Amino acid sequence: MRTLILLLSLFTATATAGENQIFLKERPGKNQVATQCAICHSLDYITQHATVLDRAGWEKTVGKMINTMGAPIDAADKQIIIDYLAQNYGK
Amino acid sequence: MVDRRHFIKNIASSLAALGGLSLLQRSGLAAATELPIMDTLPGKEALIKQTFRPPNYETPISYFDAPFTPNNQFFVRYHNAVIPEIKTSEWRLHIGGDAARTPLKLTLERLRKDFEQVEIPALCLCSGNRRAAFEPPAPGLQWGSGAMGNALWRGVRLKDVLEKAGIDPSALEVSLAGSDSGVLPTTPDFVKSLPLTKALDENTLIAFEMNGEPLPHWNGFPARLIVPGWTATYWMKHLTAINVISKPLDDFWMKTAYRVPKDRFPSGQFSSQETETHMPITEILINSLITNLVDGQTLPKSKPIEIKGVAWDSGDGIARVEVSTDGGSNWQQATLKQDYGRFSWRQWQLVFTPKHPGQYPIMARATSHSGASQPLEPIPNPSGYHHNAVQKITVKAV
Repeated sequence: MRTLILLLSLFTATATAGENQIFLKERPGKNQVATQCAICHSLDYITQHATVLDRAGWEKTVGKMINTMGAPIDAADKQIIIDYLAQNYGK
Repeated sequence: MVDRRHFIKNIASSLAALGGLSLLQRSGLAAATELPIMDTLPGKEALIKQTFRPPNYETPISYFDAPFTPNNQFFVRYHNAVIPEIKTSEWRLHIGGDAARTPLKLTLERLRKDFEQVEIPALCLCSGNRRAAFEPPAPGLQWGSGAMGNALWRGVRLKDVLEKAGIDPSALEVSLAGSDSGVLPTTPDFVKSLPLTKALDENTLIAFEMNGEPLPHWNGFPARLIVPGWTATYWMKHLTAINVISKPLDDFWMKTAYRVPKDRFPSGQFSSQETETHMPITEILINSLITNLVDGQTLPKSKPIEIKGVAWDSGDGIARVEVSTDGGSNWQQATLKQDYGRFSWRQWQLVFTPKHPGQYPIMARATSHSGASQPLEPIPNPSGYHHNAVQKITVKAV
């Protein structure tokens, strides 16, 4: 919990004003995506890849975020995030 | 249709300028038409926003009319989101590594005073510039043509600084780190390396000025590396540590990212980082850009207009730029403007009069002094680097 609070405070400290205007689709899994991905980057990284990545591409990308970039996302959330991205932002 | 798109683009830019992003995006226009979103970072003019955080912003092509891209219009590119504001008095540059004899710690004042200062005009070009034009699309930031800028850089030679530290015969590469970092401690820093030969090239600089002013925060204040002729992935911003090392740098940013297949590009000149099939992206390819026309634009017939643009390569220099106004059947040589040096881009122009009403597909093709010329199609590679295909912009005369 303390880690989560720390992470959220980091997020609020670094989020820019403009990125509050990015709206992801309101579908199941959005909360996991919005809270976890946005710890490190704005969500326009997602919207601009909607015409670029298919399901396999999103799986690879989320895997890279966890394994290479050190995103602390557990296996259950990983699947929810991949499903959300593939279904809503897959090409 | 095209007119409507431009109309919407203009509305989008105006709304963005007025802070009306929310209205625009809620209306669904943004997603439906792939609008450029204009946004303004502190100290910059409005640029085309790719991503807010880390900040990635490209320069609108209309700004490329000047021989040197003004600092407040220069593109911004970061891999990690934590970008400390650096106080000159607190900044130190560490020179070390297992193949450096005497580690050094330099203040900005010592860097400026202890080494000869040099100025080099050079194009700073993102490896992924024009990635959005690849078909099929390539993953990565979907840059248009504005992830580049030409500037006059002032600094000291990396070579002089490394020689002061003393280079051991075992030296193989020189690694570069800056002060920006990821949000989480688990995120690897952005660290790159150069082969020793390139680090010792007399044109490779530690720069502290850009176009006669201190580097802007978003372009690497107080000091960044300048590697003329090579893509900007090596031009480390906010430099803090330079290490002379005896083994190849083994990190994600060298071994996985910024790599291209060896079989379709010129030699990478970076043998310590090559595998049998892949190599790091290094030298900029011959390329050009039309800067004053957009696809679908309408022109009055029988009235002469100037077609203007820029051309560049890795440092052989631009021998000629040819322009076609009929989709590639006939080519005319454009006039090259002032030559600022072999690492600068070269401006060019050609006067064109559309004699009859109708469509005119306009193309520009640059050739370097080594004979290299632009292909008609981009060279396919998985990460969408090195897009240097001849552009085709269709204008309509009425």
